[in-house]
Amino acid sequence: MADKIATREGYGKALVELGEKYDFVVLDADLAAATKTGMFRKKFPERHFNCGIAEGNMMSVAAGLAAAGKIPFASTFAMFAAGRAFEQIRNSIGYPGLNVKIGATHAGTTVGEDGATHQCNEDIALMRTIPGMTIINPADAVEARAAVEAALLHKGPVYMRFGRYAVPVINGEGYKFELGKGITLKEGNDVTLVATGLMVSMALEAAETLKAEGICARVINIHTIKPLDTELILKAARETGALVVAEEHSVIGGLGSAVAETVSAAYPVPVLRVGVEDTYGRSGTVPALLEAYGLTPANIVAKAKAALAMKK
Amino acid sequence: MNPAKKQELSRIASNIRLGILDAVHAAKCGHPGGSLSIADIMAYLYFEEMRVDATRPDWADRDRFVLSKGHTAPALYAVLAEKGYFPREQLVTLRKIDSFLQGHPDMKKTPGVDMTTGSLGLGISAACGMALAAKIDGKDYRTYTIIGDGESEEGQVWEACMFAAHYKLDNLCVMVDWNGLQIDGAVADIMNPTPYDKKLEAFGFHVIMADAHDFDAIEAAFATARTVKGKPTAIVFKSVKGKGVSFMENQVGWHGVAPNDEQYATAVAEIKATM
Repeated sequence: MADKIATREGYGKALVELGEKYDFVVLDADLAAATKTGMFRKKFPERHFNCGIAEGNMMSVAAGLAAAGKIPFASTFAMFAAGRAFEQIRNSIGYPGLNVKIGATHAGTTVGEDGATHQCNEDIALMRTIPGMTIINPADAVEARAAVEAALLHKGPVYMRFGRYAVPVINGEGYKFELGKGITLKEGNDVTLVATGLMVSMALEAAETLKAEGICARVINIHTIKPLDTELILKAARETGALVVAEEHSVIGGLGSAVAETVSAAYPVPVLRVGVEDTYGRSGTVPALLEAYGLTPANIVAKAKAALAMKK
Repeated sequence: MNPAKKQELSRIASNIRLGILDAVHAAKCGHPGGSLSIADIMAYLYFEEMRVDATRPDWADRDRFVLSKGHTAPALYAVLAEKGYFPREQLVTLRKIDSFLQGHPDMKKTPGVDMTTGSLGLGISAACGMALAAKIDGKDYRTYTIIGDGESEEGQVWEACMFAAHYKLDNLCVMVDWNGLQIDGAVADIMNPTPYDKKLEAFGFHVIMADAHDFDAIEAAFATARTVKGKPTAIVFKSVKGKGVSFMENQVGWHGVAPNDEQYATAVAEIKATM
């Protein structure tokens, strides 16, 4: 059984480690304990700035810091970063292309008991519409740590999406992160399971189930949602002829949409989506919520079979 | 202030006003009223107050200016041209396709523009970020920002004010262009944000009230701002919207409308007559 660690833990640890090596500052909006930037604050108090519960101001302050040559990491929950501060991210950070790193935690349904107001299933869709924005959604804490360094070294705005819930660690010691490059975790030619974030481990599980039924599924981990590794996606479309995209996000505007847009324009094949249907979340334990919204290996399996049936 | 200096600043301010009129008239749209109201402040900022060098717009130790009320970009472009950041002849390309002079300030397109602004409330926060960066880096550059009186209806302005006082940004100078008018009418009638002085004081600012069109008052205000330690300074400038063009003064209709050819000629003649 794999260890389970939340990707936000990977974020917090990465900030502390990288803080020794690189010159950057961290902003938070009264959620340092939850976003895990508190670890950085403890180690580097003079480089951590609490902005209070004022996310819009925090994003524009981050833009000003970047305009003056600093590299700021601005952290809050995904709902208050991509949601509340969308316009500040779009106009203060995205449009001038400023070097701000947004660490958005508690993304998606796995916020759990806090319920619909805090379950942000829209952030990928929102961030994707901002020209020049890089979006990273790591699958586990190992990938999260590597992604933070890649984001730091990348010049330009980056939106990093992290989860609250502890998820299986699927990557090992020698893991290498390459911005914008998807990772083929499992070869297969019947159907491709494209997954991001915590759905990656579920896609691997689904592939095992499919294998037992004689279906050989390819599994691709897309940690960088924008820019999307279109080459890898189109290769999968050509070689397997059917895709299922799984994400802990609305089926509208997220990775599923990005893949469908890519495939429909260049090599049309069936693309089915696993994600939160057009609805709000609700309170509940994470396992109960994942089940309720179909964010499960079983649903990926079902969609894979449906996609297979649609193949020409 | 000695008379020669005052005369020179008046000349510069008049040139800025002419630049605003040239640009907005050529564009056939834009915001003359709130550009004209800050012309004297802009003249003083760029020719007396700020440590800037037009030959080095990216100089790391320069003072920063953020036009939080970004719709009055013509005033910023006019002063930058006057200062030599780019040729004055370029002002008439304002708002035209592919011009480096966008409808609202764009730091990536225009030399001398320190921050992209236009969406109200965002610029003052960015100015806070710049002032904080100076503190972190132990640098002595100062950051200046002008917000509109109507702009202060945006909640983010007050978030930024809290931030500036909390982090003791005494290297930050926030100016309020209190011209009393916004698009839909008198600021006092639309959503009254006054009293600015008491509110800003309560938010932790050192507050100075000054006449936006009196160079002695402008000079005294900035001199005092430099002496304030441990807190940010706000200068609430009482101004006249449309200042310098008689038929535009205090007229809400000139917030965002360009003069036609006849009005333009009259306005230019009025300003030239004072030079």
